[in-house]
Amino acid sequence: MTEAPNVVSMRGIVKRFPGVLANDHVDFDLRRGEIHALLGENGAGKSTLMNMLAGLYRPDGGTIEVRGQPVALGSPRQAIAAGIGMIHQHFMLVPSQSVTENILLGLDHPRFRLKLAENERKVADLGEQFGLKVDPRAKIWQLSVGEQQRVEILKMLYRGAEVLILDEPTAVLGPHETEQLFKTLRDMTAQGKSIIFISHKLQEVKAIADRVTVLRRGRVTAADVPTAGTSTADLARLMVGRNVLFMAEREPQPPGELVLDVQALVADNDRGLPALQGVSLQIRAGEIVGIAGVAGNGQRELSEVITGLRRCKGGHARLNGAELTNQPVRRAIERGLAHVPEDRNHVGSAPSLSLTDNLIMKQYLQEPIGRGWRLDSGEAEAFANRLKQAYEISAPSVDTQARLLSGGNLQRLILAREITAQPKCMIAMQPTQGLDVGAVEVVHRLLLEQRKQGVAILLISEELDELLSLSDRIYVMYDGKIVGEVADGDIERIGQLMTGSV
Amino acid sequence: MSSNTPSLPRARLPFTISVTPRERVPGWLPAAISVGAIALALLIGGVILALVGGNPIVAYAQIARSSFGSLDVFSDTMVKAIPLILVGLGCALAFRMRLWNIGAEGQFFMGAWGASAVVLIPLVSDTTPSWIVITLMLLAGMIAGAAWGFIPGILKSRFNVNEIISTLMLNYIAIAWNDFFIFGVWSEGGFQMSKTFPRNAWLPRLADYARQVPAFSGLTTHLGLLFALIAAVAVWLLLNHSRWGYEIRLIGDNPRAAQYAGVPIARHAVLVLMLSGALAGLAGMSEISGVVHRLQGQISPGYGFTGIIVAWLAKLNPFAIILVAILFGALILAGREIQPSGIPKMIQGIILVCLIASDFLLRYRVRLVRVER
Repeated sequence: MTEAPNVVSMRGIVKRFPGVLANDHVDFDLRRGEIHALLGENGAGKSTLMNMLAGLYRPDGGTIEVRGQPVALGSPRQAIAAGIGMIHQHFMLVPSQSVTENILLGLDHPRFRLKLAENERKVADLGEQFGLKVDPRAKIWQLSVGEQQRVEILKMLYRGAEVLILDEPTAVLGPHETEQLFKTLRDMTAQGKSIIFISHKLQEVKAIADRVTVLRRGRVTAADVPTAGTSTADLARLMVGRNVLFMAEREPQPPGELVLDVQALVADNDRGLPALQGVSLQIRAGEIVGIAGVAGNGQRELSEVITGLRRCKGGHARLNGAELTNQPVRRAIERGLAHVPEDRNHVGSAPSLSLTDNLIMKQYLQEPIGRGWRLDSGEAEAFANRLKQAYEISAPSVDTQARLLSGGNLQRLILAREITAQPKCMIAMQPTQGLDVGAVEVVHRLLLEQRKQGVAILLISEELDELLSLSDRIYVMYDGKIVGEVADGDIERIGQLMTGSV
Repeated sequence: MSSNTPSLPRARLPFTISVTPRERVPGWLPAAISVGAIALALLIGGVILALVGGNPIVAYAQIARSSFGSLDVFSDTMVKAIPLILVGLGCALAFRMRLWNIGAEGQFFMGAWGASAVVLIPLVSDTTPSWIVITLMLLAGMIAGAAWGFIPGILKSRFNVNEIISTLMLNYIAIAWNDFFIFGVWSEGGFQMSKTFPRNAWLPRLADYARQVPAFSGLTTHLGLLFALIAAVAVWLLLNHSRWGYEIRLIGDNPRAAQYAGVPIARHAVLVLMLSGALAGLAGMSEISGVVHRLQGQISPGYGFTGIIVAWLAKLNPFAIILVAILFGALILAGREIQPSGIPKMIQGIILVCLIASDFLLRYRVRLVRVER
């Protein structure tokens, strides 16, 4: 790449949140026409930094220059006026309105009459120009996630954005859509746009970005590294701050008898489309079985059907011979099924209730906490204190609200609760998503301890390293089916199976 | 806001207001803030009174005198507070589960109707022992109220019908149902009211014991107060010390977590609305049997709606509901005593706005911060 001028340069940016220094004197430069990746673990401060550039947060210190001019970006409106547009992970679209209406929303022009036909043409032209194909008249709810993302990008282009910030854009996309997005991004840079690509996925960053800036714990650990000639291992080291990704110690152990037997499960997703198309798998006592796959290939539905949260249309899941499908959730809990849900905050915990209330969720029906119709608050508190200590949940007291816990602490809470119920089988979905390295180690250690105790564990994860280091066997899910089983850690084969190319 | 304004010109004050979310709420804070909000409301009310030419101190003194001034009027205040406590408890129960039961007014009327039916059908005679009549009325009132809660409950759990709409609409049906009976079936001589109940259907009042305790002479407070206090303890036990109450709190905070924990949400929705309705029905029964002594149209100055406010102001705490209900009972009573009667209503409104606004202070810390130069 030739030396293009900087369109954005941020100097010495500082941002504090209560109790955290989210950005500690961060410098960041974006050249015209480049794709610059911002790499870092969750909580490293990537999104915070970009939210300041997009006008959502105000920096506590430092300067921002756009095209050489110092700017104060006090609102997203000011940011877009300066040519900076951000596409967030969670789309901000009105589902019942059309693509064009969404794009026009919040603009000063057209003033009163929408002149829809005229603007629809403009939107279509813009889409054509950048290879963002989407029907300007379609309602948002009719569109796939990938198409909705295109609408978000169009929205920014329509507002004259020269710099686009994409916050983990591939998190919601399938492999094909990701490929398409990358092509669009290259088209856009060819036409002079500049792109900041926030991610924690190394392969993607290597595939799409020209240069990388790595953040760790709010600080830049590597600035402006060209991706050409840098290995993913190097990037990983910069991101995590140590040499190799943590490998858990998994001692060989002969599996026990069959615990979880899943036969030909068929179920729909929330939209009523087939999500599971005949999934079968078996887990034995003391075995960790991994499920690999790109998100959205039926993993969530699988975990929900087994735990009783989702009805299934066919097939069986049996725990030690007892039917689990289409039974009340409580039945599964009584039979000894533990569940570490994907969504810690919205499924796994009650945010405004105390740690005690959250910890007794699976124990309150049994003595000594539940006595007849009564709930013994003294026993509940004692129980919670025991778990808080044993699992090192750091919080001022057991009366603290669960929402005040960090991600790692909340996951400890959930694991403490699930493990204390002495399960026979555990379904763990994305148990380390969004956790920092220390917390990941704790989760891995706890899962392996459970394996040693003879618990049959189904580990659903998108982190291949995690699956490889923890699992005795790995099933690969694609399009609602188990497309293969890998026992020898053949990562190439898993990758092929995941993308459906076998 | 144009593209190249480097910085916005702002008024340079020596301090700014910083608002940060509270991480921990000290135990004394909610009560202190509530008291402060009520004081502020009385202050604002006083300013308005002064602006319209009244003397706020005289007005407040009059309100205080006419609701707390003597044992007599305090007893009347308690009579007004009884239905508010019961309705408030019913609402609090439903609100804990985030079920917005705003049908307490209708459930109150159904309770009154059910209790009256025992006397007016009649299921009992003038000579039936009083305790049997009252027990039957109590059960009938609670069952009728519960039935009026069951309808939105089953609609919610089976067909996901919004309970705000269904409970609200059922209010009108209950009132019309009541009207049908007082205009037609049980009308006494063409008047829109039933005959007066026989004495064995009256809840005993303190005044009934004036012969034994002379101080009770003329006091109107009736047995309903005991019902209300027992109900408060029962709701407190239920919410804070029972498995069921825990499940309700869990659903209220995060239904998906409750589902994940195996709580049968749909069944609880029906049960909670029924119990909530039963408490409002009990309020209707106690009003009919303790105060009005006949079924008629004007039996509630909006107890069912004021009870919603009472529950909220008490932050859904059963014992705080008793105190708030007494305050609102006093304001209802004062409305009858002083003119113009709009004043207590206005004060009621201002208190409500202040208390709701004060919630912000519970969730956030507001501080003045010196600007560093």
